[in-house]
Amino acid sequence: MTTTTPGEEDGVKRRDFLYVAAGGLGAVGTAAAIWPFISQMNPSADVLALSTTEVDLEGIEVGSEITTVWQGKPVFVRHRTGEEIKKAEDVVVAELPDPEPDADRVIKPEWLVMIGVCTHLGCVPVKEQGEYDGWFCPCHGSHYDTSGRIRKGPAPLNLAIPPYEFLDDSNIKIG
Amino acid sequence: MSFEPKNTAVKWVEDRLPIMGMLHHALYEYPTPKNLSYWWTFGSLAGVVLVIQIVTGIVLAMHYTPHVDMAFNSVEHIMRDVNYGWLMRYMHANGASMFFIVVYLHMFRGLYYGSYKAPRELLWWLGLVIFLLMMATAFMGYVLPWGQMSFWGATVITNLFSAIPVVGESIVSWLWGGFSVDNPTLNRFFSLHYLLPFVIVGVVILHIWALHTNGSNNPTGIEIKDGQDSIPFHPYYTVKDLFGLAIFLIFFSAFLFYAPNYMGHPDNYIPADPLVTPVHIVPEWYFLPFYAILRAVPDKLGGVLLMFGAIAVLFALPWLDKSRVRSARFRPIYKQVFWVFVLVCVALTYMGAQSADGNMVEFRGMVPVEINGVVQMKDGVVLMEEGITFALSNVLVSQLLTAYYFLHLLVLLPMIGLFERPRPLPASIAEDVLAKSPAKEEASNA
Repeated sequence: MTTTTPGEEDGVKRRDFLYVAAGGLGAVGTAAAIWPFISQMNPSADVLALSTTEVDLEGIEVGSEITTVWQGKPVFVRHRTGEEIKKAEDVVVAELPDPEPDADRVIKPEWLVMIGVCTHLGCVPVKEQGEYDGWFCPCHGSHYDTSGRIRKGPAPLNLAIPPYEFLDDSNIKIG
Repeated sequence: MSFEPKNTAVKWVEDRLPIMGMLHHALYEYPTPKNLSYWWTFGSLAGVVLVIQIVTGIVLAMHYTPHVDMAFNSVEHIMRDVNYGWLMRYMHANGASMFFIVVYLHMFRGLYYGSYKAPRELLWWLGLVIFLLMMATAFMGYVLPWGQMSFWGATVITNLFSAIPVVGESIVSWLWGGFSVDNPTLNRFFSLHYLLPFVIVGVVILHIWALHTNGSNNPTGIEIKDGQDSIPFHPYYTVKDLFGLAIFLIFFSAFLFYAPNYMGHPDNYIPADPLVTPVHIVPEWYFLPFYAILRAVPDKLGGVLLMFGAIAVLFALPWLDKSRVRSARFRPIYKQVFWVFVLVCVALTYMGAQSADGNMVEFRGMVPVEINGVVQMKDGVVLMEEGITFALSNVLVSQLLTAYYFLHLLVLLPMIGLFERPRPLPASIAEDVLAKSPAKEEASNA
């Protein structure tokens, strides 16, 4: 357009619109193209498929525990003594850093199944140690009680309970 | 003296890509302050160590296998079977420590002489970016041998990101490529450990570009005024840097040949076991001050934020330091406070290596017997027993040191800049150099 006046003004507006629209579309396209490069780092299908572990409880004596592996993480399966259960149940729940009654953390009170990964920075706590006779994390000094609840130290949360179910009286399936 | 090639082949290239002229300019025409001390050698030393790391790293990658079942054994294969493999690996492992020693000295040099001040703020920033990239590279490299410290170091450091509210767990799982540190993690760390050094090379080029834009700072902290103040980089500083390099290589070789595992941790010669955490986890020495800051805070997110904050605050340094005088030579108060800051950094490094629940100082003696907080009496006399009368815990010491680290950068530095009365600056670099020259004193005595 060679004339001056409203026509040119109009043209400038149209160009602005085209500029923003093209730029916006380009940005969306770029983001869509980048996404696969980010997503590829997430757990792959075969890693996700390793989602269940079965544990035979026969042979785990009262007062002892085994460590099994679920999704690459250690899982503690502890056959608790009557004293440990009583200690875990007698706690005033409201006073805990991460309040949770023992009953919510077990299916059967004598079997405590939990992920053995400290909720601070991921170390594996050591059993039957610390000020609450449960677990103690050697890395940064977190104390867990006989229900695996955080009582003292830098960890913010209780040891996590994985999803699991009893297949029969002496077998559980984690995951 | 501009570059005018006589050789026709060189001229042909030069007309199309003026690369020889650029090098000629950097060596012969680029004016360098005539008074640079050996503290200015650490920049070029860092460049040399970067090259050593890249060359030994490429060699190691020819023999290493990034797989959880084979990584540990492939490192042992390098140590025992590969020709000079032990030399390559020890050079690479100790070279990482050397890189940090050189860069820390380079940074403290910058702090002492105010090299970060206008117009060199971007130069300082680019240096900090290199420092961050170095830390990421060193961390991922330490994971590759897949020993116990590799595995648990990787677990603890990646878990730092779980402190981020809401998305933290997703980020950690994304970093791992699974539900724990495992083969996908090792594979990507190897890939990135190979990539990042070349990114560092890129930022180093920007760092040198920024340096050459305004020129080197110098011990007086005043700018070059005329030809009297400067000398060409070559041969004066190429020779000085080469001498510095020779001394540095003796230091490097002492570790390399006589104490190659001194800066490592014996637990990393135990293959990674995802079910057992070593009793005492420590990062490599160059991360210890930041580790001490992390552990000083009883809150998970708070500790992580303060640790990253310890580095982030350095980016603000050019604006936190209010003094218009660069060099601590002319700043009587800052000069002393600077050395206190250096001591605090060294002390934080020491604290990072101590156990989290121990006591730094402990006095034992007789203390009153207490049961449930009540002092026990018998026949009107307080019962006494042997116990700890006074204890200074590691955590408290780390907290005090952390507090001072931030106090120095956020409070002392701005305040001293405002209230300190600097000593008079010399009129020029040349005048300063001549004032200290014994030849001049003799001349004036005669």
